[in-house]
Amino acid sequence: MTAYPEGQAPPHIGDVIVRAQGIEKYFGENHVLCGVDLDVHRREAVMIIGRSGSGKTTLLRCLNFLTEPTVGSVEIDGVRVEAEPLRARSRAHQEQIRQIRLRASMLFQEFGLFPHMTVLQNCIEAPTRVRGISTDVAVELAHKYLDKVGLLEKKDEYPSRLSGGQKQRVAIARALCMEPKVLLFDEPTSALDPELIGEVLKVMEELAHEGTTMIVVTHEMHFAREAADRVVFMDGGVICEQGPPEAILDSPREDATKRFLRRFLHG
Amino acid sequence: MTAAELQPARAQVLDDIIAAQRRRRRWFRGQFALVWVVIVGSIGVFLWNAGRGISWDFILQSGPFIVNGAGITILVSVVSIVLAIGLALLGAIGRLSANAIFNSLASLYVSLVRGTPLLVQIYFVYFGLPFAGIILDAIPAGILALGFNYGAYMTEIFRAGIQAVPRSQLEAAQALGMPERLAFRRIVLPQAVRIVIPAIGNDFVAMIKDSALVSTIAIQELLWRAQRIGRSEHQVLASLAIAAAVYWILTIIFSYFQERLERRMARGDR
Repeated sequence: MTAYPEGQAPPHIGDVIVRAQGIEKYFGENHVLCGVDLDVHRREAVMIIGRSGSGKTTLLRCLNFLTEPTVGSVEIDGVRVEAEPLRARSRAHQEQIRQIRLRASMLFQEFGLFPHMTVLQNCIEAPTRVRGISTDVAVELAHKYLDKVGLLEKKDEYPSRLSGGQKQRVAIARALCMEPKVLLFDEPTSALDPELIGEVLKVMEELAHEGTTMIVVTHEMHFAREAADRVVFMDGGVICEQGPPEAILDSPREDATKRFLRRFLHG
Repeated sequence: MTAAELQPARAQVLDDIIAAQRRRRRWFRGQFALVWVVIVGSIGVFLWNAGRGISWDFILQSGPFIVNGAGITILVSVVSIVLAIGLALLGAIGRLSANAIFNSLASLYVSLVRGTPLLVQIYFVYFGLPFAGIILDAIPAGILALGFNYGAYMTEIFRAGIQAVPRSQLEAAQALGMPERLAFRRIVLPQAVRIVIPAIGNDFVAMIKDSALVSTIAIQELLWRAQRIGRSEHQVLASLAIAAAVYWILTIIFSYFQERLERRMARGDR
């Protein structure tokens, strides 16, 4: 199954930067991912949709090994890691995984801001201690990206003083401070009050239009239509159907996709 | 009636409400203080009249000798609690460790130390260790015993505190490329410490008073001095009352600082 019909790939996308091959995941006896192949190109925005339990979040977490796949491999920007469930905690494997994570920053449903640090400290913690850049440079970066998400004036606040939407935007700025090749979003607006969703989606849409490579697990169909280059529909632990947003959302071929969209769009 | 006419009446009502709230608060504080004064006063009067009674002469003569022991009490308590915190941190990491030997050592430590009386442990360190060729002065021996004992209890506190930090925090740190150890040290541990501070404070208050047990190995702290002078002057009850008062004052002073620390640490809490 190819990502795009012959000759219909969007012109702005580049070569393959994320390549997941044969990803399978068992939780005990439960076969959650049943062999997923996914290529994502530079500057491409891929949205993964599907009902809960279809394995989309697990797939995303397998991409940066927060969940160790049972079988399969992930390659991001030249770093290739093979699933090694039996030696998952070995030092060499952990170091490889870390190299993957430095290239792919993840954003969570629950934001994951560090409550004991201010917004600015949240943003410079990993750059200074992991990327080894100086505090001055890290602060400069943080200012740049906090400004980008429109929250520079909150830099000295603690996360507890921010709204949910602001927290997620800070989390996005924090991820950008790592200057990753890819952003992974795990249902970034699912924990937000409805009136706060828009501000987060707006930032994400901007990033997509600027050519940030991103993989987004989402239930926001409208957002997927606006910002996605490609929509991937997952069902039962496999990719069921994928293609340009209009193709998948308006004229799906597979019955499972049709059923999902019917239920989703019409309650 | 227009809004302008309504305004003064409404302002009056608001003032009345604020005044009533202030009265109620003052009344609460008054009653609160009264209960303390009455009960503490009654205890004082009882002690004054009990047996041979407490005389001002005795308090002025022997008081300073007893109160001077507070320094040793504070020294022993503070050094012991610092030792205990260090041991508790190691113990908690051990109890959560995937390394069987480390985990088993930590579990044995907690089980053994919590399962035997503190007094026995103090004797063991002071009188027992010399048989192993380790001879300690009374004060280091007392500190070692107290620190080990409290370290075992606090191991469980630290373990619970570490486990109370949501797993998502560790994941968020790891997703930013932080190795597990760094993530633990920079992200999990500081949050765990905030969680356990009230419990540590509580243990420190207990420690101030349990440090009295080291009087049994002739460390000249509060209780030792009180007993000594009480016996020689035949004023046991009076001198114990003085010591008790000093312990109480120490814990009140400490509780005040603890409260301030907790408030400071609450910054940035969810």
